[in-house]
Amino acid sequence: MNLLEKLDASAAARKALLPDGVGAFGIPIEEVYSATEARIGDRRVLLLGTNNYLGLTFAPECIRAAHEAIDKEGTGTTGSRMANGSYFGHRALEREFADFYQCSYGIVFTTGYQANLGTISGLVGPGDTVLIDGDSHASIYDGCILSGADIIRFKHNDMADMEKRLRRLGSRVETTLIIAEGIYSMLGDQAPLAEIVKLKNAYNCILLLDEAHSLGVLGETGQGLVEKTGLLKEVDFITGTFSKSLCSIGGFCVSNHPQLEQLRYVSHPYIFTASPSPATIASTRAALELLRKGNHLRKQLWNNCTQLYSCFKETGYTLGPDPGPVIAVILDTPQQALLLWQKLLEHNIYVNLILPPAAPEGKSLVRCSVNAAHTAEQMTYVGNTFSKLYSVVCSNR
Amino acid sequence: MTESNYDEIMQLLCDRLSSLTNSGTQITPETNLISQLSIDSIKLLNLIMEIEDTFDVSVPINALTDVQTVRELADLVHKIKSAS
Ligand SMILES: Cc1ncc(COP(=O)(O)O)c(C=O)c1O
Repeated sequence: MNLLEKLDASAAARKALLPDGVGAFGIPIEEVYSATEARIGDRRVLLLGTNNYLGLTFAPECIRAAHEAIDKEGTGTTGSRMANGSYFGHRALEREFADFYQCSYGIVFTTGYQANLGTISGLVGPGDTVLIDGDSHASIYDGCILSGADIIRFKHNDMADMEKRLRRLGSRVETTLIIAEGIYSMLGDQAPLAEIVKLKNAYNCILLLDEAHSLGVLGETGQGLVEKTGLLKEVDFITGTFSKSLCSIGGFCVSNHPQLEQLRYVSHPYIFTASPSPATIASTRAALELLRKGNHLRKQLWNNCTQLYSCFKETGYTLGPDPGPVIAVILDTPQQALLLWQKLLEHNIYVNLILPPAAPEGKSLVRCSVNAAHTAEQMTYVGNTFSKLYSVVCSNR
Repeated sequence: MTESNYDEIMQLLCDRLSSLTNSGTQITPETNLISQLSIDSIKLLNLIMEIEDTFDVSVPINALTDVQTVRELADLVHKIKSAS
């Protein structure tokens, strides 16, 4: 098989999952009306599959800041942070993230994906070990691969399994980085951080926590799982993204270890890419401010989450283990998931369709995500529609 | 580590692989994991976890880049086990 034929084979495998003409992946959103509504084709749909947890995509403060930045600094930086791409705003945002996490050091990356790539590949290298949760995001896997370190997986959120693997490493634990996530993006469950910290301390490793989905969502001021559990000081490195609750694009890493600064000189995903645009940085700074004082938004978000989670549960759907902004509806087969996804779209509700092997353990999911801007009427409509579709989709149960 | 341990590793791999694949292919040491068995990456990674537990070793998943056949996988596990 030549290179192009290999791609044809993988396209054929994808087509076998999805019938012709069903564009479930990368479906174009033609117009965006608000944080909760958009047009897909000729339908006005309710958005229940974004990562816009605090509903800030149209926050006037962020839009104004982005406009002003474009007017003052132009559309792009045209260069790397290492060269001509370090502006005042990048430095300011780094300080603001460090301050937010009560840390001494902060680095901004161009995407959250690169924040993980850049941090992991900067921290570990060939001969070192990374011990990662089996359900880790692709950016974590890719960062580990880029680093050249030995990659060991533990069973998702299974602390006995993690300890077993730590023990097996013997003296290698000294150069081991443990990686977990605040909220896992597919099933919406949280890492058992207290137990992870206990093991990390017992074995004297370094811990990195990716708060991509938990930033803005967990904790009094929205720091994430570190704040909810009171374990901020126990985590060595925190990474996260601007692309979810902060509604722009970019990523960060914060730490109290001064060695974080060295990443600016060794980390390719930081150096060999252009820095985030001025508008991106400006809107992110405004959004971070809103996020920090956004307790009312978190309250609204969690009201919506718990309402929808219990409504789905009562209807009989199988769900991810924890209620939260990511609600994974687990179906028995890919066909069922596709049917539910299609029927929801017919009812003007957009959710994410996740088919194997993207979801853990070969599961097929309809991944819903709730945000603070969803109204009570919208939540009721979603709940009723899922109830109505249960017997259509899950007729085998 | 002895020959019988190698055989034990090979036997376990063949047993587990035949239950993981639905291609009905007869599994031999020369069977290619991806092109012949169509084992998807997640299944392969989970199999590695099982192997680690059965033989009480750490098998880094990045070492799999050099593994194409069942024999190469058995060699890798055997090498790690012998060094431990
Ligand atoms: C857990 C996790 N980490 C990192 C990322 C990458 O973030 P970004 O979209 O900023 O590249 C994502 C988002 O897809 C994610 O879910």
